[in-house]
This record gives sequence, structure tokens and C-alpha cells, in this order.
Amino acid sequence: MSVALEIKGLKKTYADGFQALKGIDLHVRQGDFFALLGPNGAGKSTTLGILTSVVSKSAGSVCIMGHDIDQDFQQAKQCLGVVPQEFNFNQFEKVFDILVTQGGYYGLSRALAKQRAEKYLRKLDLWDKRDTISRTLSGGMKRRLMIARALVHEPQLLVLDEPTAGVDIELRRSMWEFLTEVNDEGTTIILTTHYLEEAESLCRNIAIIDEGQIIENTSMKSLLRKLTREIFIFDTRNALQAPLELPGFTARIMDDNMLEVEIEVGKEQSLNKLFTLFDGAGIEVTSMRNKSNRLEEMFVNLLKPGNIVGYDKPAEDPMVVPNAAASSGAAS
Amino acid sequence: MNMAIQWVSFKTIVVKEVRRFMRIWVQTLVPPAITIALYFVIFGSLIGSRIGQMGGYDYMQFVVPGLIMMAVIQNSYGNVVSSFYGTKFQGNIEELLVSPTAEVTILLGYLAGGVLRGLAVGGIVTVLALFFTDLSVESWPITISMVLMTAVVFSIAGFLNAMYANSFDDISIIPTFVLTPMIYLGGVFYSVDLLPDFWAKVSLANPILYMVNGFRYGILGVSDVSLGVSYFMLTLFMLGGFGFAMYLLTRGEKLRS
Repeated sequence: MSVALEIKGLKKTYADGFQALKGIDLHVRQGDFFALLGPNGAGKSTTLGILTSVVSKSAGSVCIMGHDIDQDFQQAKQCLGVVPQEFNFNQFEKVFDILVTQGGYYGLSRALAKQRAEKYLRKLDLWDKRDTISRTLSGGMKRRLMIARALVHEPQLLVLDEPTAGVDIELRRSMWEFLTEVNDEGTTIILTTHYLEEAESLCRNIAIIDEGQIIENTSMKSLLRKLTREIFIFDTRNALQAPLELPGFTARIMDDNMLEVEIEVGKEQSLNKLFTLFDGAGIEVTSMRNKSNRLEEMFVNLLKPGNIVGYDKPAEDPMVVPNAAASSGAAS
Repeated sequence: MNMAIQWVSFKTIVVKEVRRFMRIWVQTLVPPAITIALYFVIFGSLIGSRIGQMGGYDYMQFVVPGLIMMAVIQNSYGNVVSSFYGTKFQGNIEELLVSPTAEVTILLGYLAGGVLRGLAVGGIVTVLALFFTDLSVESWPITISMVLMTAVVFSIAGFLNAMYANSFDDISIIPTFVLTPMIYLGGVFYSVDLLPDFWAKVSLANPILYMVNGFRYGILGVSDVSLGVSYFMLTLFMLGGFGFAMYLLTRGEKLRS
């Protein structure tokens, strides 16, 4: 499969001497839905800024759909659509005019730009607002306007920098559906987000950037397989009483009817064994869920410096049921 | 460079700019027309009738080309500085930076917007002037070329101001403390022949003097400076300013980090 984005040895040092990127390499294949994650200040926005020409790189090369952004900038930019983090459209223009103008910047004839503007405003449920001055739109509408604007020239590579920030869950899910549809039609998408649930459900491949370096670049499945422990929350019908007998598991009673259990993946622990123990202890489970999103768990683990090279786990919570963990030596 | 894309992009910027100043015509077209009409009434009709002749013409006839030029200068400059700075301030300059629009197209688009507003206001002022005096044009080619070149020069000046501006204060300081004194001392209201030798020579350092006098030559056939020098100065400012603006745009001065 061809490469949609190829970054080699990308470095950025700002005028104040801060080195935001320390030579990153990244490959995103055509048709991919790719997550670029990292904490604030890790270098995500700098990377995207370089792709979109609002940040000048210090070294390295960037090719978009095979076009080098230095040698072949027009073709490279023609292939690229951008949804930045901040609202940056003209606040005094009408919604429809913003899209038509954007189309013009990409060489679309006025007639074609109007046609595309209608197409994407309808798809993003903004057609009724076409004659509205953009500053009067709600936050969610502004986010959708940004996406419509980025799509008006139908780019091959769409870069979304936190597109659902501040958007309510219902709208966020409808935007996920829309983006999945765009991706299914062949558009490569690169997404940065702080909603890791979003990245986990949408993206097939992922890179994690921290302190200007890519610390992980793999498929979402591979990354999640590296997760060595998961924490589950169980709601129980009957009241729980310490001490609990769950040999081999680290468990914590949260309240009378809620239990937290940590499962070490790959240490012969399984939910089946746990449920057998529940049966033996007379515990009736009414529901269960992950304590946190799996990708979030992985993300936090990766970013703890010691977890990459010898992270020291914090002291155990005194509420942990001692005999459960100690009996098998499985507790950390 | 794909010229078809650049041409469409250029037209898009120009249409956007024209729509902008037409949408807010109460701020962009009416105030300069009223201000200049007041100059016609006060300096032309009321005071001008007591001044008598200047440069061989009635004061009203003498002052009209200068006032038209003043309108063109202020509005070409004002359009580009406020529009481009507004684009920077709101962040929607990124719409252009991420697109295949070349730097030269961005510059030409904004300059065309400035020139068109300058000419629009200049046209309105010219029509108003006809209510106060008869205007006959001595040379259309000189008149048109002078007004066009002046509009281009001050559009470039407005663009440079907007490039460097960090706040709205920065885009009003230059027009207030630099441009207005240069216009008032640039021979709009008087002939430099009236000044003592020293101040007449100092006035020659003011580029607006050449523009106003070149335009006045096109309309009345009289000028305080040679026409050739006027064209030379305008060409110099145009090329120098354009080159500098391109340099700043290409470097992404205050646009890219």
C-alpha cells in the first residue's frame, strides 16, 4: 500500500532554543485512520504545524502523498485538508461563503466550490445555517464547520487536531460516524485527540509522541496486546465483606457492592478463574466494566518515564485486600 | 507553479476583499466621502475663495487632485492593513498558508483589494468634487497611471504594516503618526513653492509629494516636481516595497513559528 505521509528525521527548535521535535520518523499508509497521541507539549501540534506549513521545520523531510513539502509544495498542499485545534475561520463571514472561499484557495471554480460547500454542509447538518454569520454558531456547529471547510477540496489526507474538543458526547459520536465514512471512502485520516476512547474506537494504527520523540508506533491491536494488566470493576448483588478470598488476584473493596480487581495478563489469570472464585465466595456479579479505557491505561503506562525503563510503581493502597494478593505472590 | 490554481486563488482573494469592504460600506466608503466633501466645502469653497489662485488655478481646482489622492492613499493603505491584520488576528491566514496558494498570489490578491478600495473611494470623491468645481483632465494616461501606482504603493505599505503589527494599536499608530503628517505636508493643500527654501528641500524627501504632484500634473498640467522624478520615485517604492513584502511573506515573518 502507498504511503500517505512520510516523515524522516523531523526536527524543530524554536527561536527560544526549545527543541520540540528531536528527529522523528513516521509513516502513515494510504487509507489509514491513524492516531498521533501524546501529552500536552509533546510535539503533536508542532508536527501537524509543519505538515500544514504554519510551523517551519529545522531539519528533516516531509512527503505528503509522495510530494515533498519543500520541493513540491503546491501538490503536497493540494492533497492535504486540515482541521486545526482552534477556530480560525473568519468570524464575520457567512458559513457558506467560508467554504466557497476555501475552495477557491485550492483552485476550485466558484460553481464547483458552491456545489462542494452544499454537499459538505448537508452532510454535517449545517445546510440550514449556510447564511448564518459564523461567530453566532454554537461550539459544536463551529467544530463541524471546520471539518466541512477542510473537506471542501476533497483532500486525500485529512489531519484533525482534536476535532471533538468541547463537543458533547452525542455530537462526538455522530462526528465519529462521519469521519469513519470519510475514511471508508478512501481518505487517509490522522487524528490527535485527548479522548483516548475516540482514538481506540476509530484508529487502526497509532504513534505516541513524548518530549519530541516517537516512543511507540504500531497498530492499535499490537499496542493494546502489550497491556499487561487490566483493572475491572464489578457490581455485586450481595454486600461484600473483608477479607475476601480471591487467591492470585489483587482486589479492593470499593464499597458494599463494588469490587475492583486487577488482572495480570499473561500470568495465568483469567476472568473465568475469577468468576469461579466469585462463585466459591458466594459473590453474585450484576455488571462489570473496565476501570479505565484500555488505551488510556497503556498511554499512561508508556508516558511514565520509569515504565519505559524501570518505572517504580507507587506504594499499594492500604485498602487492598492483603490475603488475596499475597497468597499467590501475584501482587506487584 | 500551477497557474490555473493561482489565478482562481487570486480571484478568490480579490472577491473576498471586495465583498468585505462592500459589506461594511458604512465604515469603508461613506466616512472618507464625507470627510473629503467637508474639505471641499471648507478649504475649497469657504477659505479657498479668499486664497485666490495657486499654481495658476483657483484654489478649489488646485486642491481637488490632492484631496482625491489623499482619499486613494488613506483607503488603499487602510484596506490592506485592517484586512490582512484581521486575517492574522483571527488566525484565518492559516486557511491561505495551508492551501496551495503561493505567497506572491496572496500578496497580489491583498494588493488588488487595496487598490480597488482606493479607486472606489477615489471615484466617489471625484464625483463629489464635480459638485464644487469643473474638472478637465489634461492627460488621462498620466492621471490613471499615477493614481494606480500610488494605490499600489500604499497598499504595499499597508501590507507591510499588517505583517509587523502585533496588536490593533500597531495598525493605527502608523496611519496617525506617520501617514497623516506625510499627506498633509505632501503638497495636498499647497504648492511647495510657497515654502522657504529649506522646508521646500525637506519636502522633497516626502514620497507623497511626488505622487500628489504627478497626479495634479495629469489633471491640471502643473506640478512642483518633474514628472520623470515622480514616476521614478513611484516605481522605486513599488518595486522595493513589493520585494520586501515578498521577502517577509516567504520567510513567514510573524506568520509561521
